[in-house]
Amino acid sequence: MTAGWVRFLALRLGAALLTMAGAILLLFVLTQFVPGDLITIMLGPRVTPELREAFAERMGLDKSLLERMWLFFSHAAVGDFGTDVISSRPIREIVLEVLPKTLQLAFAAMLIGGGLGLLLGCVAALRPGSRLDTFLGFASVAFITTPSFVVAIFLLLTFSLGLGWFPVTGAGDPNDLGDRLAHLVLPASALAIGWIGYIARLVRASLLEVLSEQHIRMMRAYGVPERRIVGRYALKLAVVPIVVVVGLGMGELIGHAVFVEIIFARPGIGSLIYNSIMTRNYPVAQAGLLLIVFVYVTANFAVDIVNSLIDPRIARSLDLRGNS
Amino acid sequence: MGRFRTILTDIWRVRSGRTGLVLVVLILAFALLGPLLSADPNKINVADRFLGPSLTHLLGTDNLGRDLFARTAVGTRSALVISLAVVSASLFLGSILGVAAGLLGGLGDRLMLVVFDVVSAYPPVILALGIVALYGTGYWNLLFVVTILFIPQFGRVARAQTLALRSQSFIDAERLLGLPPYRLIWRHFIPNIIGPLIILASMNIPVVITVEAGLSFLGLGVQPPAASLGTLIKDGYIYLNQSWWPTIGSAVTLSLATLGSTLFGEALRDAADPKLAGRIRL
Repeated sequence: MTAGWVRFLALRLGAALLTMAGAILLLFVLTQFVPGDLITIMLGPRVTPELREAFAERMGLDKSLLERMWLFFSHAAVGDFGTDVISSRPIREIVLEVLPKTLQLAFAAMLIGGGLGLLLGCVAALRPGSRLDTFLGFASVAFITTPSFVVAIFLLLTFSLGLGWFPVTGAGDPNDLGDRLAHLVLPASALAIGWIGYIARLVRASLLEVLSEQHIRMMRAYGVPERRIVGRYALKLAVVPIVVVVGLGMGELIGHAVFVEIIFARPGIGSLIYNSIMTRNYPVAQAGLLLIVFVYVTANFAVDIVNSLIDPRIARSLDLRGNS
Repeated sequence: MGRFRTILTDIWRVRSGRTGLVLVVLILAFALLGPLLSADPNKINVADRFLGPSLTHLLGTDNLGRDLFARTAVGTRSALVISLAVVSASLFLGSILGVAAGLLGGLGDRLMLVVFDVVSAYPPVILALGIVALYGTGYWNLLFVVTILFIPQFGRVARAQTLALRSQSFIDAERLLGLPPYRLIWRHFIPNIIGPLIILASMNIPVVITVEAGLSFLGLGVQPPAASLGTLIKDGYIYLNQSWWPTIGSAVTLSLATLGSTLFGEALRDAADPKLAGRIRL
């Protein structure tokens, strides 16, 4: 808890808040240039003038640009997105309701990706240059490059429609844990495939780097068994970069969840945004987008903190780098 | 030319580079020659719908009886054209912004970084989804949106390179000798920073292909009846219970295209910059 660390913390927090504020502004600016009249879009072409006026007032459309910007900003900053025109429910409620489903999906994918990636990476690093290593390296690239929606379709085809091992669509009965897990397996795997490959490569590379260091060679010279070297000592160091990748990947993971949620007809923030964009229900889409950005910025911030705790040099080097 | 050949030889020497190069050449040949060798990709013949692969229809036919070989070839061509266009545009714009930020320093530099951060704070697919949905679907909108998504990456690299270069003494010397700024940028900055940017560009091609296919899959990219790998997969997905062939042909082509260009891009990076070889960069 040095002063330098506190300063680092404050700077990172400031950067996170600034990014969040910028994201809100960007969203506001984007919606200002939507072609067509917003009221006609939302209420249909045959709306009466009275309804128009009432709606404009409710949405704050009768105010000046700056006022609207401030209104949007101040409301978005505290998570108030008004009421959904279609279902008359608070938008915040709608968005927060589906968020856990997407987070479960993302965490399950991380678990699968991290677990299998770690395993495959270690296997490859233990015999560098072997046929197995070459094969795993190739498989990892193939995993990374196959788009998640292609994987999702083929998993659905094979394991749900073909073999009938897993349920086809939905998120399962909310009161039945087993059913929910069964509904989670395929979507999470589809989302995880790329990460398995990515983490496997990362683990392999960082494990090989650690294994070539002096203190590990020293241990070998003393006759410590290889398995023990890797399991007890090397892996601990090699795992550090994974924390970073997993944290930074959160946003991308949630982004790709859109495809998986649509293909498996699974409720979640991605499919919510997609559906509200398709029905031109912009306020709900905005709220969903901002929530995702919020999750992403928070995850990045958390990664920075965890990193600086693992490796104090990061906080100290901030001044030297002068930027993020 | 000599350097180009050395790099190509280096790529060929590594097995994954060789695989990538072969795949890239195959995909390129398919995209360029496929449409010439096959039937009209938009010709509808409902009587022949959902045919399996045969000599007349190498990849079968779709729900309207259109030849899938022709459609996949056209889709591959548009994927390649879009990815090259997007990568060049974001390389160009990102470099300008990045070099400007690096040379300006101070507040302008900070501001540029914040803008880059804000754009990258949105998950790419989600931001593209939002912009395309707001401003309408269409070919140019798609190009525009995906270009914006990729600018920050190029901008950051160009800025970092510029900063590293700016403090070197030969730049100071040229400046003292009175070289005008635009000449300085053109003669010294661009040639010295372009290498890593081109490598980044080649590594981004498969990413752009994936993003484009994804947006088209969601119905927000290339619009029917034009064929794109994404729309082909989507059409196949809708009629999955009738036939698997439409999905398989396009999905395999898409996967091979991204796999090939990734392997090639990585081999190119390792060949062009041996310092980075074997390391995985985020």
